[in-house]
Amino acid sequence: MNLILFTFIVLLGFTSYYFGRKKAYTIQSTKKRLTALPQFYGYYLAIWCAIPAFIIFSLWAIFEPTIVKLLVLSDYSNQGYLDDELNLIYEKTKALSRGQFTGEITPFIEASAEKYLSLRSIAQSSKVVIVLSAIIASVAYAYKRISSNSRTREPVEKFLNAVLFTASLAAILTTVGIVFSLIFQTIDFFKVIPLFDFVFGTHWYPAKAFVRDSSEALDPSMYSDTFGAVPIFAGTFFIAFIAMCVAIPIGLMSGIYLAEYASYKVRQYAKPLIEILAGIPTVVYGFFAALTVGPFLKELGTSMGLEVSAESALAAGGVMGIMIIPFISSLSDDVITSVPQSLRDGSYAMGATKSETIKRVIFPAALPGIVGSILLGVSRAIGETMIVVMASGLAANLTLNPLESTSTITAQIVVILIGDQAFGDPKTQAAFALGMSLFLVTLCLNIVALRVVKKYREKYE
Amino acid sequence: MRKNGVKMIKIKAKDVDVFYGKKQALFNISLDIEENQVTALIGPSGCGKSTFLRCLNRMNDVIDICSVKGEILINDFNINDKSCDVVRLREKIGMVFQKPNPFPKTLYENVSYGPTIHGIAQSKQEMDEIVETSLKKAALWEEVKDRLHEPGTGLSGGQQQRLCIARAISVRPEVILMDEPCSALDPIATAQIEELIDELKKEHTIIIVTHSMAQAARVSQNTGFFHLGQLIEHGSTDKIFKNPDNKKTQDYITGRFG
Repeated sequence: MNLILFTFIVLLGFTSYYFGRKKAYTIQSTKKRLTALPQFYGYYLAIWCAIPAFIIFSLWAIFEPTIVKLLVLSDYSNQGYLDDELNLIYEKTKALSRGQFTGEITPFIEASAEKYLSLRSIAQSSKVVIVLSAIIASVAYAYKRISSNSRTREPVEKFLNAVLFTASLAAILTTVGIVFSLIFQTIDFFKVIPLFDFVFGTHWYPAKAFVRDSSEALDPSMYSDTFGAVPIFAGTFFIAFIAMCVAIPIGLMSGIYLAEYASYKVRQYAKPLIEILAGIPTVVYGFFAALTVGPFLKELGTSMGLEVSAESALAAGGVMGIMIIPFISSLSDDVITSVPQSLRDGSYAMGATKSETIKRVIFPAALPGIVGSILLGVSRAIGETMIVVMASGLAANLTLNPLESTSTITAQIVVILIGDQAFGDPKTQAAFALGMSLFLVTLCLNIVALRVVKKYREKYE
Repeated sequence: MRKNGVKMIKIKAKDVDVFYGKKQALFNISLDIEENQVTALIGPSGCGKSTFLRCLNRMNDVIDICSVKGEILINDFNINDKSCDVVRLREKIGMVFQKPNPFPKTLYENVSYGPTIHGIAQSKQEMDEIVETSLKKAALWEEVKDRLHEPGTGLSGGQQQRLCIARAISVRPEVILMDEPCSALDPIATAQIEELIDELKKEHTIIIVTHSMAQAARVSQNTGFFHLGQLIEHGSTDKIFKNPDNKKTQDYITGRFG
């Protein structure tokens, strides 16, 4: 029903566009000069059609359920039910009206269900009537208003401005909302677990928190030595470090090769091929790391007499590095290519060779962009979850041995939030605290990146 | 420069053809360039004068699809020969481009770039001297001596171009190629550069591509006129401007086409 109505309104929009434009042509044919192109008259009418429809639709979406509920439950208002019981009755009513009710059907509920259905259909048809009449009224009003000297261009432009503004506002508000929910949950978490224990504790063992029965009273002392974040921060940076050790040299060198050395033909095929790497889902990298690289390293280590865990930081970090190569290679290729040819010519004309030119002129000129691409790679490495979960294990060991298993912030968030969880439980809130600290780390990285880029830009441009 | 009345020829181009892919850009160019003189190459846009200039230090190597045929003898050595070392060649033949292209480095690093990559200076002191003399020769020293460690890109257009000239002469090249060096500059900066060119020809052989006939007349001793990839006429600037042999040259110089 809603879909049909919606399609109809869209059709109405097109029709009003058509009529607006037609009226503009009619005015034009009387040798009067229009204040805007005929299309603007069309858009103007279409907007007058869309706005009332949008307003009424959203009002309905907000108020219809509440009002229907109020009316249905008004039958029970004097019978001394509690709020919870009323809610239950209403849910039963709704289920019955959909034919999904399985319990005992009482006449009361049956009556309510009928009432519910009839209210819904009244609401639905009144919505249709109101929307259509509102649209017709507003379009007719606007149609009468447009004349040779009416303003249509400005309102249309203003409308577009408003639409674009709303879109960006939505993005910003979402971000703000996420950050605030992180902050509040984190604050709650630190009410139970002291900040000091979280930041400096060297023992991360959230499984201990799983055993608590939620009906028991919260006893902060039982969480001591449970949420010490040092091992997982260390693990995060350690794995990211291993990943960058793989990604930076290979990525940069392949970027330089693509930008400076590769012939047009090679570049044409090589660049998309490398970029395909970026399109592989990380979970695929994950099982690649867990099933191929991990066991291979273990065997290799055993044959050399080393003790290698099947789930090692090296396997996860190495595969993660391969995942990041295309980001660094593709971005640095772009920045190197965008260094003006005149600088290369100037250097070659001085008798510099290709490698000298790259080292002394192109690389410094492209440095801000290259640093940017590396920092982007670092934040990818820190935020990467799947590979670590699959290939490096979930035990948060505090170790700097790449052959042992270790865990990261993101992997621990997964561990904590898998399965059932309750809001307000320190275990769940720990995930928010971790998320918050991850957010702070990447924020700092981004700020540093911007600073670096800005500093060099000032120096070189 | 004449020694005992004999012209000293620095560069001798013989039957040079240049192709961009299948398209031929230069046809059979033969041209002698006199030592310690300014030779101007003039002609309408797209006539091949810049292409010819870029043949002289093999800058066309940078362009993949470009191929050069024929002989170009510099000091009687064919630079198109396989045995020619492009790095040494470009050390001997400097170039200044149409748009000032200082490196995004400090003034000092810009000028010391050539001496560094060719290993000319033995010590920091020697390098300081090279930078100072090059900047002095480029008539830029007085303006920048207190800010040698500021970025070269912060200078004005005319100063940047003189910086590029200082960079080019820092390795004491025998020849300096200039590809419309003043086309991006205002009249005052242009006058400064022209004055500088006159000064530089005492020690260097200069070849300048220019769109400005007045500039060619002011700065050059010899002129070559290019049209549609062919060298129509060349000779002393006086003769080309006052009494050209070819009708096309006369038409171009008097502004009837181009």
